[in-house]
Amino acid sequence: MTNPAATPSSRQKLHAVRVLRDRIFVTGFVLAVVIGILGLAALLFDVLIDGLPFLNWHFLTSYASRKPLDSGILAPLAGTVWIVVMTALFTVPIGVGTAIYLEEFASKSRFNRLIELNIANLAGVPSVIYGLLGLAVFVQFLFNGSRNLTAGALTMTLLVLPIVVIASQEAIKAVPSSYRDAAYAMGANRWQVVKAVVLPQALPGMMSGIILALSRAIGESAPILIISSLVWVTFVPASPDSKFTVLPLQIFTWISQPQHAFRGIAAAGIIVLLIVLLSMNGIAIWIRSRYQTRPEQ
Amino acid sequence: MLRPDLFKYSKSALIVAAFLIVGIFSACGDGVASGGASAEILIDGSSTVFPISQAVAEEFRKERPDLQIPVGISGTGGGFKRFVTGEIDISDASRPMKESERAEAAENGIEFTELTVAYDGLSLVINKTNDFAACLTVAELKSIWEPESSVDNWNQVRAEFPDKKLRLYGPDTDSGTFDYFTLAINGREDASRSDYTASSDDNVLVQGVSGDRGGMGYFGFAYYTENSELLNVISVDGGSGCITPSVESINDGSYAPLSRPMFIYVNNFSLQRPEVRQFIEYYLNNAALLAEEVGYVGLSEADYQAQIDALE
Repeated sequence: MTNPAATPSSRQKLHAVRVLRDRIFVTGFVLAVVIGILGLAALLFDVLIDGLPFLNWHFLTSYASRKPLDSGILAPLAGTVWIVVMTALFTVPIGVGTAIYLEEFASKSRFNRLIELNIANLAGVPSVIYGLLGLAVFVQFLFNGSRNLTAGALTMTLLVLPIVVIASQEAIKAVPSSYRDAAYAMGANRWQVVKAVVLPQALPGMMSGIILALSRAIGESAPILIISSLVWVTFVPASPDSKFTVLPLQIFTWISQPQHAFRGIAAAGIIVLLIVLLSMNGIAIWIRSRYQTRPEQ
Repeated sequence: MLRPDLFKYSKSALIVAAFLIVGIFSACGDGVASGGASAEILIDGSSTVFPISQAVAEEFRKERPDLQIPVGISGTGGGFKRFVTGEIDISDASRPMKESERAEAAENGIEFTELTVAYDGLSLVINKTNDFAACLTVAELKSIWEPESSVDNWNQVRAEFPDKKLRLYGPDTDSGTFDYFTLAINGREDASRSDYTASSDDNVLVQGVSGDRGGMGYFGFAYYTENSELLNVISVDGGSGCITPSVESINDGSYAPLSRPMFIYVNNFSLQRPEVRQFIEYYLNNAALLAEEVGYVGLSEADYQAQIDALE
């Protein structure tokens, strides 16, 4: 397999070049990872330094105030939890259902390809556009002008649905077709195959998509600014038709206040936002690992 | 490996979810019809006026904890859009209502009262190291900020100023501060040179000017007073000598032409509700103190009293 014309010295040279190239690329990749991690660490460090002194029980259980030290985060925290839970309730059945239909039932017709293309494009639409759409369709048309949690959650659902659909499609595609064939051979019909073979195998991949989608819903402020616009709320939403505000909107308001102490309060808000995000992702990862099964070779 | 047990749970979860969704929609239908349990006063509008309305609502709720007074920041235009359809009771505004907005209100049969609640003095700031540009005339400011301006050195502003690069910082074009500044200095709303560093966050402008020896920027008075150790403020000569923005000069109107009023608009129909009337009277009685607490300047006591007396 070696080139008979190559002398031992030229072969050594070639080898040295290959080793060098290998090293260069490995160093490049490690550097890429380090830059990313360092950036994140610096950001986290900065937020923790600024925010931790303000993070206490009073902060978690009070409403916002014009005085930085009296300010609390209760209303936006409750609003964010409501929005995320409701968005998950809307997004998961619709998103997973769409993916199952497109992958397992729909024929690969021109029309269905068009649908898929559109879903992929929707993932790139700026979130403000969804906010305006939600204001027109949900607030003004569906709820008669009421700017409630359901309108907010439905808007967020539209925003994150493409992520869930695309991730679920990829997860379904990754299920080996031999599994389906085996189930069909045993007499299962299409729905039984989907239910008993495809979904359990695709679940971990779908969960990753759902985690990504809900993380995006937690961090978005632009659509909620349009739907709700409220940044001073002194009640915890009691039902899905309640008015509300969310964490990113409150943090944004605090950051733009002239008083310096509000920056510390905003940093404390960011810490709370991160904790909500991480614990939500933790739950999803726990579910994923519970159902994760490795295909046996 | 098949996990049939998963779908035992999922099936019931799906049913629960379906019920929840149906329940949510029907609940919303009811909610719109019957309204909330506790009385509400709805405020939306300018994010510049927001701190004042928030402060007043916060204090007022200590007397009336049974009321909910959520305050929004849709912007002056966004607030008016909701106000002229009767959706909200009070609209915060950093500029007077436009003719088109008045027409829309009239079309919808909305009558309202305009109230001035505080003043803001747009403050021009320069770097802490800049000690020569302590006072500029309105004409000089115009020569810097007008649309055709190509001034990029301090010695072009005034011959005796040193040869130093001039870089500009200001609010973006969506801001009411931008609207007011361009009208007051350049003579026409929205007429401004566009090659300056723009940000919707005034704290970013503070950072910019405080780190740029040749920098100049403008924003609300509160952002200057909070950062007076980082920035120098420019006195403005509007024809009657150099006036420095301060609580006194903004209050008595001598800091011209860059003092601007802050408004709230009240729907007259809402004003007939006792809690709204009580809130508005509380607003006018306490705005001077609370506005100053959040960085704005109050009116004279007589000006507030006249507005209270004018409420029919």
